[in-house]
Amino acid sequence: MKLVSQVLTGSEEFRANRAAHLEALAEIEAAAALAAAGGGERARKRHLDRGKMLPRDRVAGLLDPGSPFLEVGATAAHGLYDGAAPAAGAIAGIGRVAGQECMVLANDATVKGGTYYPMTVKKHLRAQEIAEENHLPCIYLVDSGGANLPNQDEVFPDRDHFGRIFYNQARMSAKNIPQVAVVMGSCTAGGAYVPAMSDVTIIVKDQGTIFLAGPPLVKAATGEVVTAEDLGGGDVHTRLSGVADYLAEDDHHALALARRAVESFNRAKPATVQWQTPEEPAYDPGEILGVVPADLRTPYDIREVIARLVDGSRFDEFKPRFGDTLVTGFAHVKGCPVGLVANNGVLFSEAAQKGAHFVELCSQRRIPLVFLQNITGFMVGRRYENEGIARHGAKMVTAVATTSVPKITMLVGGSFGAGNYGMAGRAYGPRFLWTWPNSRISVMGGAQAAGVLATVKRAAMEKAGENWSDADEAAFKRPTVEMFERQSHPLYASARLWDDGVIDPRKSRDVLALSLSAALCAPIEETRFGVFRM
Amino acid sequence: MFERILIANRGEIACRVIDTARAMGVDTVAVYSEADRGARHVAMADRAVHIGGAAPSESYLRGDAIVAAALETGAQAIHPGYGFLSENPDFVEAVEAAGLVFIGPSAAAIRKMGLKDAAKALMEEAGVPVVPGYHGADQDPGLLQVEAAKIGYPVLIKAVAGGGGKGMRVVEVEADFAEALASARAEARGAFGNDAVLIEKFVTRPRHIEVQVFGDGTSAVHLFERDCSLQRRHQKVIEEAPAPGMTPEMRAAMGEAAVRAAEAIGYKGAGTVEFIVDGSGGLSPDGFFFMEMNTRLQVEHPVTEAVTGIDLVAWQLRVAAGEGLPLAQDAIPLEGHAFEARLYAEDVPKGFLPATGRLDHLVFGAGARADTGVRAGDAISPHYDPMIAKLVTHGPTRDIALARLAQALDETQVAGTVTNLAFLGALARHGDFAAGKVDTGLIGRDLAALVAAPAPGPAIWAEAALCAAGLDGPAAAHQGFTLWQPLSQRVVLMRDGSDPVVVSLSPEGPDQVGVTTPEGDIRAERRAGRWHFGETPAAGAVRHGDRVTVFAGFGQSFAIVDPLARAASAHSADVIDAPMPGRVARVLVGPGDSVAAGDRLAVLEAMKMEHALKAGRDGVVAEVLVAEGDQVEAGAALLRLAPDEEAAA
Repeated sequence: MKLVSQVLTGSEEFRANRAAHLEALAEIEAAAALAAAGGGERARKRHLDRGKMLPRDRVAGLLDPGSPFLEVGATAAHGLYDGAAPAAGAIAGIGRVAGQECMVLANDATVKGGTYYPMTVKKHLRAQEIAEENHLPCIYLVDSGGANLPNQDEVFPDRDHFGRIFYNQARMSAKNIPQVAVVMGSCTAGGAYVPAMSDVTIIVKDQGTIFLAGPPLVKAATGEVVTAEDLGGGDVHTRLSGVADYLAEDDHHALALARRAVESFNRAKPATVQWQTPEEPAYDPGEILGVVPADLRTPYDIREVIARLVDGSRFDEFKPRFGDTLVTGFAHVKGCPVGLVANNGVLFSEAAQKGAHFVELCSQRRIPLVFLQNITGFMVGRRYENEGIARHGAKMVTAVATTSVPKITMLVGGSFGAGNYGMAGRAYGPRFLWTWPNSRISVMGGAQAAGVLATVKRAAMEKAGENWSDADEAAFKRPTVEMFERQSHPLYASARLWDDGVIDPRKSRDVLALSLSAALCAPIEETRFGVFRM
Repeated sequence: MFERILIANRGEIACRVIDTARAMGVDTVAVYSEADRGARHVAMADRAVHIGGAAPSESYLRGDAIVAAALETGAQAIHPGYGFLSENPDFVEAVEAAGLVFIGPSAAAIRKMGLKDAAKALMEEAGVPVVPGYHGADQDPGLLQVEAAKIGYPVLIKAVAGGGGKGMRVVEVEADFAEALASARAEARGAFGNDAVLIEKFVTRPRHIEVQVFGDGTSAVHLFERDCSLQRRHQKVIEEAPAPGMTPEMRAAMGEAAVRAAEAIGYKGAGTVEFIVDGSGGLSPDGFFFMEMNTRLQVEHPVTEAVTGIDLVAWQLRVAAGEGLPLAQDAIPLEGHAFEARLYAEDVPKGFLPATGRLDHLVFGAGARADTGVRAGDAISPHYDPMIAKLVTHGPTRDIALARLAQALDETQVAGTVTNLAFLGALARHGDFAAGKVDTGLIGRDLAALVAAPAPGPAIWAEAALCAAGLDGPAAAHQGFTLWQPLSQRVVLMRDGSDPVVVSLSPEGPDQVGVTTPEGDIRAERRAGRWHFGETPAAGAVRHGDRVTVFAGFGQSFAIVDPLARAASAHSADVIDAPMPGRVARVLVGPGDSVAAGDRLAVLEAMKMEHALKAGRDGVVAEVLVAEGDQVEAGAALLRLAPDEEAAA
């Protein structure tokens, strides 16, 4: 059934919304530009003077002409380490190589020699996680000095630290998710295992080096004086050591060799869903900026967003008359069938039951789920607790947690409290999680959090017979409100890789379609749900 | 009328004859050589007979095989086309001896016109003006020199059995005569096995005007003139009808002379009487001289068809079948103006060398009649004339017909081989030609300008790169999508004889690409389904294998450089490697030669292009490791420079 928009695109409200969203977007855009500039003009020039390609150009050169590039963690480490690691010193994303969707990870040697900060490790591991879940071949464009030594305690020892990279390579290789390394610069110490653990490795002549210990460390350890090239250059590794398989003349040649390596993968996408011929929505996705209120607290009909995301604006809404604060239904995104779960207000028991029902339905039919999150949480209060809203919420959380169909989550507004869980927040393993510039994420709203703390404190003070003035209470609340505001900002979240990136809402449809396409590189397994609390 | 005829020819003329025959309800039999097994004329004919090997001497010149094919297939007549056996009287006799009809003149008529000196004498008797000259049998060099002086310099020495410019020399002053005579004779002996020459007055600023005649064996009519003055080394390039500046008096005089010539030899069928016309002071009825008569249908007959509305092949068939002349002289119309341009596979910058290749893409400009023997996908083989097509346009005035020709040439698209299209296009826009100031020296005088290949601008580079990258077609899903900044992807292209050039493409969605070219930056934008480069709409481009052709400026061709077509060098920096597989076209240095950085050391021919291999530093050549003509693999060592210290020592 085709959705009919009620929004007046010529209205003052539309224009004001649009202006506000554009302002929020500009901040993200500036952050993305900063990240893309890597280590700055001087470092980039030095890099180019060595005859090396910039990392972003390497990624471009690897991909098919015109290939889309769905970048992951584009603004990772934004504002962290005093801004020393733009994009966490690496580029990650999904693009087509020789017609196949691949995960590409490129170190940026202009950022502290491409060394791994904690967030670099997290980004690398997230890229590998995406690759593993979605069966995407991995191509590592290596140019890194290894662990960032001043941060060694946060990159080396723990489970999800540096060692996990090679563990993942071995595990993925075992699942026939091909691992290819292109050594285009240093590949030192632990980093040496990226090429060594790859199925196929290419190294650039007189430029790439692979060794467990570089010349200075060798000299310190054994007194042996040796050049980097003789220790672990391309000639050595392709002729003597066998650590690398192909010797490339330069970066361009190396990327061409990597493309050829992908051609021999002999893989095909599994048959999963019934695709339809893609169709543009009846309403321009560009209007999303004017449709969504500037203020998160202003309620609006989420169907206005759906109408601008799905093919032909056609939406087969499921159970429209029951639990209506959750909108569920079937649609297509660029030809791919999806089950949409979208918030349209606070979650009540009925809405949670409907959500669980709908997730079961999509799991049975093996239809990918798309969650549009704009949730302040489950309804609170005696009536709701007594009727068992936690029990009903648990049903939805169980369904979302245990379904085997791919889940894509998009934060289009607030993401607060347990609502985040039921709507496939990061902890619930969505294949991708994208956020809009207007989105906010925290355990609860800042005002509510400050209110809770103030209530507790007031109770304690009153018990002690002390008096607390309203002014004092307001002063007490302010830092909490401010902290929540700062920490719930999407750039704050994305810097820490709580999500896969902030996106331009107008590109949501493309991002969803590309996410779905990547997700459907893996077969959809049969779902086995946990025990539903009935 | 015949029920079935055999066409003893190939290419465009065979197709042309088949077209008319079919339109008249006559069955057609094609003959073909080994090389023409899949040719267009074979596909068009009702039946086809294989008559031998690729070389003309093994097939299209084998009269016996052709007559046998006609008898075997029940053909009643043979159309010879032009070239091959069309003017061979022995063949005519063989055809007739087999009880078949030769669609053309009698053997006797062909013989009379075959030897040029005898033909001239005959024409003089018939009252046809001839160029003053010596056509005697006495070939004593001293006598010839005396005769030349009598005629008056400049004179032209021509082989009696000649044609196509072979054995022909212009002598400006008497001092050069002896040497010119010797070389003309040597060439004539080599080409025709007959070194007899004739000497004629050399007409300055000559024009080549010919008259189409048609005879029934007794009487003849003419179908007006054609001007074929646009020639390059005696090869016609563009022909037109009527001749610019032609007056009714001159036309009548020439037409009557041509009819007299045809009737004098009892000519039957279509023929052409060629005249040389003194163009130095306008056309006048006393300024034309008989050159020769071509006793066949001419290549350029379509221009006459265009201005008269008469199908000359239809007339040939009707007269050969026994009908009289279809129209009386005063009933033959002359309307408007027509041009024909001959499109050849030839390498213009390399001196119009015949070229070969597969026609990966072939589209002729709409609005022109295109007589062709090839289709897209066909090969231009080295065995035959490399003609691709004749483009013929007609218009109510010369200006309009010429504008239509220019337009048709603009719209013609050929990929897979080099062509003379740009040269034809330049001619169609040549100022003097447009003004009707034509003579046979026009092309020679302005050759440099006419063959100058314009360098491609940013729009052409951009279109070539987009096509090479495969982004010019319908957009693939999510083409050019990125979250934030576009990605910049490079395409490496190479023009013939130039260094590789990098063009960067930054797709911004499916319909927008920022392009950086060596000639400047430009935006590519798809509007209403068509790419625009800046404000220039896409000219159209095709990619076949490693080549891209952009159909702007009469076709610009680029090789796509494959980044894989190189091998990691196993050699020291002193060794010059082949950057890609290819043939060593030239070695420009020898051992011991001193070279400076940037000097060309050798030329490698690869991907249909020439790559100069240059010295990376100053030094001395120690060794040349290959010979010209060698086929080498990528990475093969070609030359070695002496190590620096050795050079210093």
